[in-house]
Amino acid sequence: MFGPTLVIGNDILDIGTSKFDNERDQRAIGGGAMIPRFAFGEPGQFDVPNVADPAHFCRNNFASACGNSDANQTVKFAKGTTTLAFKFDGGIIVSVDSRSTMGAYIASGTVKKVIEINPFLLGTMAGGAADCSFWERNLGMQCRLYELRNKKRITVAAASRLLANTMSSYRGYGLSMGTMITGWDETGPQLYYVDDDGTRLHGRYFSVGSGSTYAYGVLDTYYRKDLTVDEAIDLGKRAIYHACHRDAMSGSINNLYHVTKDGWVKIHAIDVNDMHYEYLEDKKNAMASS
Amino acid sequence: MSYDRAITVFSPDGHLFQVEYAMEAVRRGSTAVGVRGKDCVVLAVERRALAKLQDPRTIRKIVSVDERCVLAFAGLTADARVLINKTRTEAQSYRLTCEDAPSVEYLARYIAGTQQRYTQRGGVRPFGIATLLAGFSEEMKPVLYQTDPAGTHSEWKAQVIGGRNAKSLREFLEKNWEEGLTEERAVRMGVQALLEVVDSGAKNMEICVVRPGGGKSILEEKEVDAIVQEIEAEAEEGKTKATTSADE
Repeated sequence: MFGPTLVIGNDILDIGTSKFDNERDQRAIGGGAMIPRFAFGEPGQFDVPNVADPAHFCRNNFASACGNSDANQTVKFAKGTTTLAFKFDGGIIVSVDSRSTMGAYIASGTVKKVIEINPFLLGTMAGGAADCSFWERNLGMQCRLYELRNKKRITVAAASRLLANTMSSYRGYGLSMGTMITGWDETGPQLYYVDDDGTRLHGRYFSVGSGSTYAYGVLDTYYRKDLTVDEAIDLGKRAIYHACHRDAMSGSINNLYHVTKDGWVKIHAIDVNDMHYEYLEDKKNAMASS
Repeated sequence: MSYDRAITVFSPDGHLFQVEYAMEAVRRGSTAVGVRGKDCVVLAVERRALAKLQDPRTIRKIVSVDERCVLAFAGLTADARVLINKTRTEAQSYRLTCEDAPSVEYLARYIAGTQQRYTQRGGVRPFGIATLLAGFSEEMKPVLYQTDPAGTHSEWKAQVIGGRNAKSLREFLEKNWEEGLTEERAVRMGVQALLEVVDSGAKNMEICVVRPGGGKSILEEKEVDAIVQEIEAEAEEGKTKATTSADE
């Protein structure tokens, strides 16, 4: 009748983290493996590798191709991508590519790297696709529970905090995720960068992925707070184009979203190749006229 | 079979006796009155007689739970201390995670949820306290919430908890409360309600006014004394008028 440990209280928050909802019974996981107990989150809810130190195991056998731990591991995750988002007077522009590479092989050109968490929140995906899409969907669930329990929409600050805390609690487990959480809440348009080691930064613009350096070059040069919506869309488009042009691991289709106070709107999905020829034309015309 | 031993056992007619006994414990506690005004909330609590050697500052019945939220309780002091501690921790945890202050409604829901959890576990007993939470909502409107040992929470315009005469005090409030009370009138109403149960005198009551922006001010004894005297003077007048008119 009485469990071995009656853990009463110590709940963190009424937002529906699985920890709050689950009873802390002894769960049989992987045939008696040693699962460490943490204060935040519950890594043990997952099937972690059935070894004594799952983090060590993951680090040894999975590698991030962009990271510094490529030691001929069996499975390599690639962070080949370019995603960017910036805040301006008219809201937020989120612009991403859609290429997924496994080493030198282009696995897909139609990956959706913008995850629509809810009609007012967007998340971008860079790093491990599975990690990003799973955890951002999980974040969507937490946001929805928050809404139901508190009868108001969650702020972007709180949503990004939830994700960052989750990442913190899985630190060292080999998750790979570099995402931007963005939306419009009662405090206005907000943009946060959240990382797989729990980094969480508030900023005006970010770019994440292997092609981010190229995108930053364009963004840094042409970004202004008082861009018009059309100028901003053009800037987002161009930055991705330049990144895709030079970075082998980015390309295919540019998906662009605009976040306004009434929610996000998908502006376009244009093939980067077509953009190349369009800009070539423009360059030729510009040179011809001058 | 006695149905009042284990908390998790219902009686045949649907009572949870332990919860009801907890409510008895609340009734044995000292009275706390909450009155919502137009732009303030007033909490007035009865201060039971202190032992001569006891330091009054260590007995606090009105406490801050968060920047914007003040709590008064009735019932077992030790249970209150534990529950208030949990609530304060929860408020800070909410601030850490959501980067914003928790609303009074959220805290009331949390306290109620905690109290309910202790009515549904084996081996524990319910908290023997009821609480009054005073503060301001996000739209800067004054709010007053009450929780009880059963784990329910509800919003009130004016409410009394604890003390044997809670029912008659509630009737008094029902008769006299109206929308849009000024701070002065809300304080008077609180004091008047308390005077029905405590011996006259400022040292037997503690009055706290919660204002927008989280300012909580505990009225000095002198001020409370002045109000008490005013009320008593009025009551005297009323009585003499009644007797003179009766004589006629």
